[in-house]
Amino acid sequence: MEDWKSNSRAFWTLATPATLWLLAFFLIPLAYLLALSFSSKALVNGEVSINDYDYFTGVANYIRAINPDIISIFLRTLWWSALATLACLLIGYPIAFSICFMPERWRPLALLLIVLPFWINLLIRTYALKTVMGARGVVNSALGLVGIGPVEMIGTTGAVIFGLVYVFLPFMILPLYSTIERLDKSYLEASLDLGASQFQTFWKVTLPLTMPGIITGVILVFIPCLGMFLISDELGGTTSWMIGNVIQAQFGASNDWPFGSALSFALMLLTIIVLVMQWYYQNRSKGAH
Amino acid sequence: MPDPIVSVRNVSRRYPGGVTAVDNVSVDIMPNEFFALLGPSGCGKTTLLRMISGLDAPSEGHIYIGGEDMALTPPNKRPTNMVFQSYAVFPHMTVSENVAYGLKVTGVPADETKRRVAEALEQVKLTHLADRKPDQMSGGQRQRVALARALVKRPKVLLLDEPLSALDAKLRDDMRLELTRLQQEVGITFIIVTHDQDEALSMATRIAVMEKGSIRQLATPEELYEHPTSRFVADFIGKVNLFDADVVSQKGKAVICNAKGLGKMNLTTDRTCGKQVTIAVRPEKLKLSKTAPKAEGLIKAEAKVRDVAYYGDWSEVVVELANGQMVSVNVQNDKRDGSILGINRGEKTFVSWNPADSLVLTE
Repeated sequence: MEDWKSNSRAFWTLATPATLWLLAFFLIPLAYLLALSFSSKALVNGEVSINDYDYFTGVANYIRAINPDIISIFLRTLWWSALATLACLLIGYPIAFSICFMPERWRPLALLLIVLPFWINLLIRTYALKTVMGARGVVNSALGLVGIGPVEMIGTTGAVIFGLVYVFLPFMILPLYSTIERLDKSYLEASLDLGASQFQTFWKVTLPLTMPGIITGVILVFIPCLGMFLISDELGGTTSWMIGNVIQAQFGASNDWPFGSALSFALMLLTIIVLVMQWYYQNRSKGAH
Repeated sequence: MPDPIVSVRNVSRRYPGGVTAVDNVSVDIMPNEFFALLGPSGCGKTTLLRMISGLDAPSEGHIYIGGEDMALTPPNKRPTNMVFQSYAVFPHMTVSENVAYGLKVTGVPADETKRRVAEALEQVKLTHLADRKPDQMSGGQRQRVALARALVKRPKVLLLDEPLSALDAKLRDDMRLELTRLQQEVGITFIIVTHDQDEALSMATRIAVMEKGSIRQLATPEELYEHPTSRFVADFIGKVNLFDADVVSQKGKAVICNAKGLGKMNLTTDRTCGKQVTIAVRPEKLKLSKTAPKAEGLIKAEAKVRDVAYYGDWSEVVVELANGQMVSVNVQNDKRDGSILGINRGEKTFVSWNPADSLVLTE
């Protein structure tokens, strides 16, 4: 059979819809945002216009972003995302591991339970979580019965991180599951047989061999965490904004699209830096021998 | 007689759901033996090996290694090491890291580890590949890594699970010699699991033939081949012609049988026969001749040549007896004229053998 890539008609027939889609709904809007980030709001009759812009006026928006408030929100976003990712990993790994060692007929059910939350809209789940954790919510009512509380949960950093873990845990478990499931169990048996303890086997064999799943899971959790605003908005207080909230405000309440665009690109740059670091680290560890 | 290095006492392994993989097996394995567990797939041989290694636990019975009960000893504390069927060479470590693994995790000092790893790699002739990663190696080389990794631990018993099954024919022959050489060199007891009778016969000092979770016969290769005690063993080890026969009478060791297609014959056996027996005779013990053999006391029958398979130094001739039973005869091709006694397909021939070469099997 001839290579489909050398048949240009077949190639373009297959590639055109996706290309157009990407162009129309991703690249063009992105380019527009990029342009906006270097623009400023137009002055019409001496007043700031609502939706007219002076394009390509300079890097003022980026300079505005370099201020202590914004930087501290960026740092807080990185820190919280890292905490949430770590928590997902610590919770998700044992779950993925135990699903892999379940009897085979129970595994599809267990996986279904993991992805079940996706069937309900994130916003609704977040509201539900808010009710559960609220001052008169299920948790505090239960605590009240034994004479504790009410404990203030909504509005705290812990609530935001808990919410992030709650939303993104499946994205950690699924890649971990698929890696652990493919892991040849005779490696673990060989390690035990050679005199290693269960603990040594985990650190020296299981963990390195499941590293691809860990890296995928970390990326799938960490990067969406960076851009999350809904959770911090609903579960956090006024002092627990993440960068997503700031960006959302620029496109919403503050109606400052140029500044919002600049912040978006700053976040994107940060994400790319994280990905490049990960790629660099992975290549280096692969090329070590 | 020395004490056994491995002693398996009434061991059974039952799985939930009612499957019995190993059924009340007892066997003693002596120091420095090359012991083979031989049987068809599903006979329980691998389960037995895994129970000796500690990776599986008996449902009943006890396993003693070096005289100690292993019931509460996990695999990482047993003086056994295993070469896995899939080799299980760690893909994220180099060859020397793989070999050093078992020493490092048990706290052997670095300089001693280095020395022993070098020694083990020498033994399996892999010194030149010490820094390779397993994915850059052939199956045969990976198996040597698995061997070195196990041998470097200086176990009392080395367990090998189907070590040759994943290798191609030529490599398998080399590795077979290599394993026997290694076993003699290091003086460790080897227990090998295999479904390949040639492998077991050519390497092992003793063989346990297993069927359905039980040991059917435990003997040296020669004994197994020439004196199988059951139809199953006779049929599993090498090729054999089997004849159903009725017992006419038995006086001590002398038994008179009436075999289908062959008529009455006088045989000897140590066993007490019932009404029915199986008479077994190996193909190389049979003779073919154009005319009825004159010699007295031979078992003989007229037959028709059905098929001739040529293997170079020998040929397998399949002949059909008057009652339709097929009989295999091995003929040495020791003449260069290309003909086997002038035997051709469809021709009449006589098959005969010495009664002493037949076996009377009661089970």
